[in-house]
Amino acid sequence: MAKGDPGVSSRGRRAAPRSKKGATGDPQLVQLLTPEGERIESATGPDGTEYRVDFTDEEYRGLYRDLVLVRKLDAEATALQRQGELGLWASLLGQEAAQVGSGRALRTQDMAFPTYREHGVLYCRGIDPIMPLGLFRGVDQGGWDPNEFKFNMYTIVIGAQTLHATGYAMGVHMDGKTGTEDGEAVIAYFGDGATSQGDVNEAFVWASVFNAPLVFFCQNNQYAISEPLERQTRVPLYQRAGGFGFPGVRVDGNDVLASYAVTRHALDNARLGQGPSLIEAYTYRMGAHTTSDDPTRYRIASEVEAWQAKDPIARMKAFLEKQQIADADFFAAVDEQARTESVHLRERVLAMPNPEPVTMFDHVYPNGSPELDEQRAQFTKYMESFEGSAH
Amino acid sequence: MATETLTLGKALNTGLRRALENDPKVVIMGEDVGKLGGVFRITDGLQKDFGDQRVIDTPLAESGIIGTAVGLAIRGFRPVCEIQFDGFVYPAYDQIVSQVAKMHYRSQGKVRIPMVIRIPFGGGIGAVEHHSESPEAYFAHTAGLKVVSCANPQDAYTMIQQAVASDDPIVFLEPKRRYWEKDPVELDGPLSGAYPLHSSRVVRPGTDATVLAYGPMVRTCLDAATAAAEDGRELEVIDLRSLSPLDLTAAYESVKRTGRCVVVHEAPGNLGLGSEIAARITEECFYSLESPVLRVTGFDTPYPASRVEEEYLPDLDRVLDAVDRTFGW
Ligand SMILES: Cc1ncc(C[n+]2csc(CCOP(=O)(O)OP(=O)(O)O)c2C)c(N)n1
Repeated sequence: MAKGDPGVSSRGRRAAPRSKKGATGDPQLVQLLTPEGERIESATGPDGTEYRVDFTDEEYRGLYRDLVLVRKLDAEATALQRQGELGLWASLLGQEAAQVGSGRALRTQDMAFPTYREHGVLYCRGIDPIMPLGLFRGVDQGGWDPNEFKFNMYTIVIGAQTLHATGYAMGVHMDGKTGTEDGEAVIAYFGDGATSQGDVNEAFVWASVFNAPLVFFCQNNQYAISEPLERQTRVPLYQRAGGFGFPGVRVDGNDVLASYAVTRHALDNARLGQGPSLIEAYTYRMGAHTTSDDPTRYRIASEVEAWQAKDPIARMKAFLEKQQIADADFFAAVDEQARTESVHLRERVLAMPNPEPVTMFDHVYPNGSPELDEQRAQFTKYMESFEGSAH
Repeated sequence: MATETLTLGKALNTGLRRALENDPKVVIMGEDVGKLGGVFRITDGLQKDFGDQRVIDTPLAESGIIGTAVGLAIRGFRPVCEIQFDGFVYPAYDQIVSQVAKMHYRSQGKVRIPMVIRIPFGGGIGAVEHHSESPEAYFAHTAGLKVVSCANPQDAYTMIQQAVASDDPIVFLEPKRRYWEKDPVELDGPLSGAYPLHSSRVVRPGTDATVLAYGPMVRTCLDAATAAAEDGRELEVIDLRSLSPLDLTAAYESVKRTGRCVVVHEAPGNLGLGSEIAARITEECFYSLESPVLRVTGFDTPYPASRVEEEYLPDLDRVLDAVDRTFGW
């Protein structure tokens, strides 16, 4: 390329300028609540959709309560890991608004497919918050009933669940449960790193061509373990949707109101039969990737501080105070409730027994298998041979 | 000659460093291998010293890691791919068994894929699901791939360099629960040294029974042999090191002397490596055997929740129990 002639290649074709920061550039966020706690009446998405919310004071307070509780329970789990009670914990710190906003936008009939970090959505689905701790403690592999709560098991293999969500949504469509106001919709959660996986791109293709009633909800928390967003993409993630044939929108993922508004809209579109869409919740992972990660190796403190100023809970609190929707007593009561629930959680985790070893043979097949029955019997006999000994 | 006491993980790191130094076409690629140095720090410091064109943080896509490495290999590079955990190799499985393994054959030898696929494998570290699997049989079953596993720091250091220097695509299984175990490592010995990559090795001589293992179970079997010696029984322990091709010369020789054989691995028993090994030993040593070849393996269940993995994994007691049974025939 000739010097002093940026953007023109030697063949005279105009090459698009390739900024290194392409993926993170201008956030273009849908926002309804500023970091200072100012309410924005309505916001326009890239396709001209107007987003607004209209909550009662009680509902605003409820969202705030959710955010605080979810953060506190998450902090308790982190502490439990540090004390050796959990093998690992994937914290949602910083991502509460994206999870509570989208989680509360779900209707009872909607189905969610999470990763391993969606403790806030799990909470919104009415699942006992102790449930994911069994997985991370190593006593089970996820103990809740996905059918009952319409919240699938956690998925650790990156991106795999987006295809499950797509298939489920195709099933909803085939069952004739779309096209009405009370139809069913499906939501798939995944991270920015996951967008590199073949599975996720295949899910985009399938959902699109089968017009699946599905919302792809990407929490862009800026990192896949140590790798920054630029290692996964050169275009803003929400813009990918266009290439697959469905709308995409980027929302301020630290704004619970906007997260709610865009998710509710996308779910409603899906249930009405208008097909899939992609939401990129632009947020930040404030803690480590998991408790076994050391983020100081790959990110700087000033970046974390900059995001601290966008904290989802602080801004909601500022809003409630400014609008006099909540008083000091309310905030104190929420803190107290969070404290009580986390103490309760801790007690129950400490009391979680190890499974009986023989249970590892359970549920391999719905109707059993002769070989496995034999192995179980031998195993039991073998374990009994130690009884009474110091083993 | 330089000898240093290294953990198995650090020995791999040092071996990889040597490989990068020795051949400018060697590239390391994988998720988080750069700044972070890998989640187990096996590539720690390498990007800093060799740059991000030689130690490449890839997008989060395993099929992409292996598939692009195939292209790089065709182009003349020697990619060393890191798969973060055993349970995440499956998105790349198609590339490995359908492409990596077959290119040389299909091209009648004109295309070489000198690739190493490093996988931390096996259990015993209290991890959540998908982090403790033993996928070796899937790969060993595929012609065109070679599969090896190191069990101690010296082998880690030597074998990783031998693997990188080899023209074969190699699945290199690292016993993750042994990453932190230390031993003196001779750093300057010749690479083609006493033990070529595809050879097994007697790690404890004995006369009464032969115990065959690889990767994480070698340590377990050595401990079992120590315990057995206290009871007056001398076990010969052989580290197979190479799972495909299987080098059973030392094993045949040993079983012909001892008359008894136990094969140990973490992977489920059904159609595991132990089945193949038992069959071959039976064929080769039939008239010397005092009892059937026994296997001690993981159970035929998915890898269980970590609080019961101790019961799932073969341990010293289960190995000794099997040895006892070979004597009870
Ligand atoms: C297929 C697969 N490869 C690798 C991993 C290891 N791993 C676990 S989480 C993670 C990063 C995920 O990043 P992202 O999708 O952005 O989600 P986040 O954890 O940031 O929420 C990686 C590489 C995995 N779980 N699955």
